[in-house]
Amino acid sequence: MEAKIEVLEESLAEVRKTFRSGKTRSVSWRKNQLRALIQLINDNEDKVMKALYDDLGKHPVEAYRDEVGVVLKSINYALNNIDKWTAAKKSSLPLLFFPAKGEVLPEPFGVVVIFSSWNFPIAMALDPLIGAISAGNTVVIKPSEQASACSAFLAHYIPLHMDSKAIKVIEGGAEISELLLQQKWDKIFFTGSPRVGRIVMTAAARHLTPVTLELGGKCPTILDSLSDPRDIKVAVKRIVAGKWGPCSGQACIGVDYMLVEEKFAPVFIELAQGIIKRCFGEIPKETKRMARIVNKHHFERLRNLIEDPLVADSIVYGGSLDEENLFIEPTILLNPPLDAEIMTEEIFGPLLPIITLRNIQESVEFINSRPKPLAIYAFTKNEALKGKILSETSSGSVTFNDVMVQFLCDELPFGGVGQSGFGRYHGKYSFETFSHEKAVMHGSFFPEIGPRYPPWNDFKQKFIRLGYALDYFGLLLLLLGIKR
Amino acid sequence: MGREEGGVVIFGAKEASKIVEELGASFSAGKTRTYEWRRSQLKSLLKVAKEHEQEIIDALSGDLSKPEFEAYVQEIAMLKNSCKLALKELKHWMAPEKVKTSLTTFPSSAEIVYEPLGVVLVISAWNYPFLLSLDPVVGAIAAGNAVVLKPSEIAPASSKLLAKLLGEYMDTSSIRVVEGAVEETSALLEQKWDKICYTGNARVGRIVMAAAAKHLTPVLLELGGKSPVIVDSGINLQVTTRRIIAGKWGCNNGQACISPDYIITTKDFAPKLVDSLKLELEKCYGKSPLESKDLSRIVNSNHWNRLKKLLDDERVSGKIVHGGEVEETKLRIAPTILLDVPRDSLIMNEEIFGPLLPIITVEKLEESFDIINSGTKPLAAYLFTDDKKLKQLFVKNVSAGGLVINDTTIHLAVHTLPFGGVGESGIGAYHGKFSFDAFSHKKAVVYRSFAGDASIRYAPYTKGKLRLLRALMGGSIWGIIKAIFGWSN
Repeated sequence: MEAKIEVLEESLAEVRKTFRSGKTRSVSWRKNQLRALIQLINDNEDKVMKALYDDLGKHPVEAYRDEVGVVLKSINYALNNIDKWTAAKKSSLPLLFFPAKGEVLPEPFGVVVIFSSWNFPIAMALDPLIGAISAGNTVVIKPSEQASACSAFLAHYIPLHMDSKAIKVIEGGAEISELLLQQKWDKIFFTGSPRVGRIVMTAAARHLTPVTLELGGKCPTILDSLSDPRDIKVAVKRIVAGKWGPCSGQACIGVDYMLVEEKFAPVFIELAQGIIKRCFGEIPKETKRMARIVNKHHFERLRNLIEDPLVADSIVYGGSLDEENLFIEPTILLNPPLDAEIMTEEIFGPLLPIITLRNIQESVEFINSRPKPLAIYAFTKNEALKGKILSETSSGSVTFNDVMVQFLCDELPFGGVGQSGFGRYHGKYSFETFSHEKAVMHGSFFPEIGPRYPPWNDFKQKFIRLGYALDYFGLLLLLLGIKR
Repeated sequence: MGREEGGVVIFGAKEASKIVEELGASFSAGKTRTYEWRRSQLKSLLKVAKEHEQEIIDALSGDLSKPEFEAYVQEIAMLKNSCKLALKELKHWMAPEKVKTSLTTFPSSAEIVYEPLGVVLVISAWNYPFLLSLDPVVGAIAAGNAVVLKPSEIAPASSKLLAKLLGEYMDTSSIRVVEGAVEETSALLEQKWDKICYTGNARVGRIVMAAAAKHLTPVLLELGGKSPVIVDSGINLQVTTRRIIAGKWGCNNGQACISPDYIITTKDFAPKLVDSLKLELEKCYGKSPLESKDLSRIVNSNHWNRLKKLLDDERVSGKIVHGGEVEETKLRIAPTILLDVPRDSLIMNEEIFGPLLPIITVEKLEESFDIINSGTKPLAAYLFTDDKKLKQLFVKNVSAGGLVINDTTIHLAVHTLPFGGVGESGIGAYHGKFSFDAFSHKKAVVYRSFAGDASIRYAPYTKGKLRLLRALMGGSIWGIIKAIFGWSN
């Protein structure tokens, strides 16, 4: 452990020194690092895929769609926009300040740390890294130890391809995280659970370090009683793909539970079964198209959720567990008790409870009586319902008639609110998350406005009043001695 | 507010939680979200500033002997402008922002909707008790939140007046003032807020943030720091001097978070600068500044003693080149200039927050950047020069909340610039649209239709799907066409 502390402190001293050298501030350094990251991924795609398979049993297509592809897309977007982002933004000033100029100049925070999560171990580490580099920071990444193959991959290949004096990967578990949190950072970016989020923020408070917390929550999906069979099919397909596709439901923006009208629940369940079979095969654990549960601990946690007798009774599809392979098949539950853990805790796994309501309008109240989720999904053609959801609920994001696609829009901020976190990233928001917006005003010595200075008198006060009201005509009259 | 126990009104956790509950209910009912409510409340706030100008000036005079002029210009007028701007721009700020969507998710449309965070807490400071209380409240209201304001007990007249006026003018189902000191603040901080805005010092800033962490509440921390002024030679000395005076002693006698804290200049130029400061100071505040009505007093004896202690340091007291007069009974300290104080003395290591202005001399001005960067990041940094190169170096090398070249403190009055610190000087920014943003959540919204469903998103996964996916995410049209026709790369 002591050796580890020493290595850690050396690494930190080095990234601090590198930041002070000013090297990371140059836009060309930032671009070179981003290009190096593309190279790293392109040269080692097979190794990434293997690591993701080893950690989570992710199929290569899924791995590409949710991790490799996402990261490459983000890097390209950053490379295309970085010149625009780093440029100072002019601010307009009132005429009174003429000929002063104002601008907002983004500057890097300094030395930042990224704590990533195990469910998308490549994307959750590299996507924030893109923002941190684009903004000109030096970075320490602490990948989740629960996805050990990916963690090892990052620790091995990042120093080979990128500037190892500015970007470090430090591997380890809770002990290392604690050590890292004792250090003074200029920004902490954390992806994970609200429980650890609190610990991170408490530690950050000691050094007044700004934090971005990307947490989770129970993301509901509202499925209105659609009438067109084609729409129903599309909706169910998207829900099935969104629930069990990305990392077997172990995703912070995955569908956690569904809200449907009583009469519509059987329609959904019937259709979903067919689609699950088509997507993931008759015996999903054999087709390898679905990720497995990350480890024994989480497998047990999920097993406990459905072993509660009242919950077990509500299973209408699936429910079989394969402990040896850490695999849980797609499972649908109809109306499990609302006070059971499965409905109070984030599920983070392939279990999908369906809660029936008399009227779909009640979904708004249902959602509002719980902590704010990271995402809300709603399948409906009812514009009034859309409006109600938008204006009366609160969540990180809202997506109509699809799931999870909001993650792919570079122009949309991605982040939570309330229990689902705060701060945001993706695209220019990633850049902003790792930048301080420095206000800069350029004044000149001329003209000099006398009334700004004491001793105060009536004239000066009148002058200032008019000045604040931007009443230039009045100012003129005052100066000419016409106005009293 | 508060329950009575043996003749003493107690405001504890129970009372605090009741307020949060009541305001939470108003917020949940959707009242504060409407454009009409926000508008009406902003108008009421404007009315408070317009109709009670004299009372406000009197309260500030009571708390700080703040000159009427300063009270008007730096508090009342600033607040009025802030309200007017919000009223004018509100519709525009509230409008969702359309954004482009990518080819990958076609067909779809997307927007960013600004939604209020909920019930927010504003804890303000004593030095600008009106502005620093109500300016964040303007932002919180404009963004549609319910607000609890806790003014500083160190400016009791202002605190009392705020409680009275806001109680009369504002919608008390959603906007409240809680008066009090440490105990009341602690009771408030135990509650779950949707945002906390704190103006004050870094020590309490840490306490606020740690309390916020328990509930995962985002914070806006407006702290201070030692804001330096670099003065080059060969500049318009009179204008420079007057602008430093206006920013230092003309801002609550130096008790302002963006006031110049110390000056860095060259050894050769220092005597000229000192002479000019003396001359202009006398023009502004007369021969006996302790009597001047144009200077605020020190807020209380705690702070007076703190400042006195800074001066009494034996390595510092000999460095006084101007001023140094104090009067304990009236809590007055005259504008005081110190030349070449040791860098390791207390006065150079703590935020001064008062009428003392040390000058540090260097051989070459470029050395100032190292001096500034060796301390914690200040809220503001100022430079007076005509040298273009030096300006560029300053902007590039100095990290601070805001930078002003050839003036001091005026960036505060510019609503198009974000006002906030970095590092030890704070987290987050406000003013103008930035205030609205500080109290809003940017909700991402995607609208998709049921059409345009691409099978590649769904398992079972195949090689062809992977190819198409690569092309789609890469955004290459040619790649997409190739993949659709099944031509491999």
